[in-house]
Amino acid sequence: MSTKRPKSTTTTSKGKDKKADESSAGSVAGSGHPNDILPLTLTSATQELFGCRCDEDVTGDNPYKILRKEDIVQDMRMRAAVSDFSPMKQLVLDYPEDELLLVYDRDFIYGSSFYLVLTADAKERHLKPVVALGVEVALEREPSEVFATQKTSEPQPWISLGSEQEIEEESVTDSRPRLKYRISRVRREFGAPIFFSDRNAMETKDGFIECTPYQDKNFSLKQMERHTGVQTIPNLKSSSTQTQWTYPRSMCTQYEPREFSEEKKENCLQSEKLKNFVNSVASRFEMAIQQNEIMDVFFDDWKALSEEDSGYGRKADPHLKEYQSFTDLHFSKEKTISNINWHPTINGVIAVAVTERLSFEDRINGSTKLLLNPSLILFWSFSDPINPQLLLECPDDVFSFEFCPSDPNIIVGGCMNGQVLTPSLSLSLSFSLNETPVVRYCAVSGIENGHKAPITDIQWLPGTFEVSRMGVPMENKNGICVQIVTCAPDCCVMFWDIRAPRVLQTMADQRKQKVEEKPLENPHGVPNTFKHLDLTWKPLIRVSLPKIDTSGEYSPLKISLRDNTCDNHTGSNAGEYLPSSSTLQLVLSTTFCPQDGELVYTDWKLEKDNDSGRLFSAKPSHRFIIHDGQVNTVRRSPFFKDIILTVGGWTFAIWKEGVTNGPIIQSSCSQKKCTVGYWSQSRPAVLFIGKEDGNIDVWDLLEKTHEPSQTQNITATQITCIKPWIVSSKQHLLAVSDHLGTLHILEIPWTLRSPSSNEKLSMSKYFEKEVDRLVYFEKRREMRAKEKKDYEAEELRKKTVRYSI
Amino acid sequence: IATFLGRKLQPRPQNEVEETLKRIQGQKGVQGIIIVNAEGIPIKTTLDNSSTVQYAGLIHQLVMKARSTVRDIDPQNDLTFLRVRSKKNEIMIAPDKDYFLIVIQNPSD
Repeated sequence: MSTKRPKSTTTTSKGKDKKADESSAGSVAGSGHPNDILPLTLTSATQELFGCRCDEDVTGDNPYKILRKEDIVQDMRMRAAVSDFSPMKQLVLDYPEDELLLVYDRDFIYGSSFYLVLTADAKERHLKPVVALGVEVALEREPSEVFATQKTSEPQPWISLGSEQEIEEESVTDSRPRLKYRISRVRREFGAPIFFSDRNAMETKDGFIECTPYQDKNFSLKQMERHTGVQTIPNLKSSSTQTQWTYPRSMCTQYEPREFSEEKKENCLQSEKLKNFVNSVASRFEMAIQQNEIMDVFFDDWKALSEEDSGYGRKADPHLKEYQSFTDLHFSKEKTISNINWHPTINGVIAVAVTERLSFEDRINGSTKLLLNPSLILFWSFSDPINPQLLLECPDDVFSFEFCPSDPNIIVGGCMNGQVLTPSLSLSLSFSLNETPVVRYCAVSGIENGHKAPITDIQWLPGTFEVSRMGVPMENKNGICVQIVTCAPDCCVMFWDIRAPRVLQTMADQRKQKVEEKPLENPHGVPNTFKHLDLTWKPLIRVSLPKIDTSGEYSPLKISLRDNTCDNHTGSNAGEYLPSSSTLQLVLSTTFCPQDGELVYTDWKLEKDNDSGRLFSAKPSHRFIIHDGQVNTVRRSPFFKDIILTVGGWTFAIWKEGVTNGPIIQSSCSQKKCTVGYWSQSRPAVLFIGKEDGNIDVWDLLEKTHEPSQTQNITATQITCIKPWIVSSKQHLLAVSDHLGTLHILEIPWTLRSPSSNEKLSMSKYFEKEVDRLVYFEKRREMRAKEKKDYEAEELRKKTVRYSI
Repeated sequence: IATFLGRKLQPRPQNEVEETLKRIQGQKGVQGIIIVNAEGIPIKTTLDNSSTVQYAGLIHQLVMKARSTVRDIDPQNDLTFLRVRSKKNEIMIAPDKDYFLIVIQNPSD
């Protein structure tokens, strides 16, 4: 085969194909295909003739077509120059075999749509590349399976694929022999001096080369398009201004309502218009007012009905239920409880004064033993029924004690020997596990200054009062309770002040002159000074109670103070309330002798005797003997300020202040002695009476007044003290102590603690009725007495008349 | 001044007004009566001064409001009587063109 450089125009096809083929072939430039193939283009006629139409007989997937040599030769003979195969006539004739391979070059890899394979080897290669590949793959697989023999490649003869041509083209070789030149010059011209001469560059053409400036168009180009980025920002502007600064000034406005002057008012009142107006309007008012009178339209009957109903349902259990009971084996064994007090602020804490259960003689006999056992006030808490929370040590048995209403940390107690003591509980009651803390009393009054008999009652004066040295009550601006009243059977009532004496010193200075001038008729004397120190505490005032009818004095047992500050409530809030001198009144129960019980009503005030200028206390205004035994309770009702309950002997009585005829209600004699009584805190008509056999009588005055509505036995011995307490609206407790030293806490059932509707009103009406009854009885008595007198006078007259006749 | 003329100057309208007011006052539960003029200035009262002034000022505003309410709903209508019932008492007001009459009553217990 001749290694002919194929021509650029490889086809001789006719017509329109030629140009296209030329251009396509021209772009390829005829190189880049192997030597043993020949690209050619076949016309559609040729294609049909040989059965190798594009995309029909031969496709991209099946590009091979075998053509017979004889067919090609015959075609060349037939169509001679027109035949597509004519340029390769020689090649075809030289082809050794009978069949030629025509390959459809769909992608024009070699420049034409077909190429003819010229060598048998190439044909074989074309037809069997896949096979070869397959063989090779098979061959490859074999060694992996067998691992037997590794085929080493043997050197094979170099097969030229046309790369030599390329190398030749690239290599640089001489295309012609090199020329040699020899140049010579005359010797004399070497080294000759050089002469420069000037020459005008402009004379000759091309004498100089110049770079002429020209306007570069680049700089005058107008930029029609420009790529820039844009960002927006808010428009920010700073500015400032100055305002006029004015000083703040306090200003006030005072206003008063517009009012008419008197004459204007008179004018108005006399005008016709007003008269007409009032006449026309009066009828409406009368109707409206009468409507209100007839019926209250806003009254909720349904609700009122329900209240009574629920009362019925709960009637099943009206008894006092035992809630808890406290006894201390160590401290209250063989002792009795003389007084109970609930702690005013701490819930569930109750204080109990424990005293010895001995008569006077036994006391004297066993006094040494008594000295060893200190008397105590025990504090119980509901959380611990076995151990008391706190013990207060007292010098002697305490018969009565009270918490200070304004400061629950202060307690005052009155002892058996007449001393007054104040332990101060500055520590709050906490739960102690092992040791019950013992607190000693802070201050005790001196024995010579106190009472000479056991103090039976001790009370705090209300915080708004203050008693001066002269017995004049004054307003206490602090509102704290600072003064105490005590009484004892040694016939006097004493007022004590717990403040430091400095406050009263000034008063003492002011009145010093007066005081010094007038020695008192009181057997005990008015103290000039006193210091608030232990053992030197003296009472502020001593009041003795001279008897009304006879000489001598009463020995008081219990005090009840009338507290006037709650009743008189003016429209303006609290503020100033200066009590008049006669507002503080005492109701005292006294014993004249151990059998009788008297009730004494007095207005305590140290009066000045004008003659001698001495101070003495006025005689009590009233006294009553009602009870058969010692009056052991004098209590005011928490609902009515002027209703007092007294309990003594076998009866109890209810009194109203101001009614001096007698008690408005007096109970019948009961079987056993009544030892103590107390009003119920929540129901105005209920009271509790303790008996000497351990019963509690519950009296409901609206239900029946001839006998207690309920009796319940609490303990086996005498009841010594009853105190109710309201813990919450659901729980009302009653503390009852007995002679054996046990404190029982009972729960008051619903029937006894919730008032029926209008109970207070009913009670007040009842009391009024009773008062009326008393008054009526009094009148009747007078009338009867008068009648009797008249009758007797009449009889006498008749007798004398008869005589005379 | 009037006596030496030989006849009483006190005209009868005064008595009538007084009588009517006494009659109203005498009803059960009435606590006080105030006559107020159209501007809210009290003319006659049975209560103390401070209460009167307070009632007059407050009730005047209330009546104005109530009256304007009634008239806004129906311009032909007008307020004739206003009763304010509270827990403790009832305040009754009768307005007029020139005056109001205020009565405070404690309804029956």
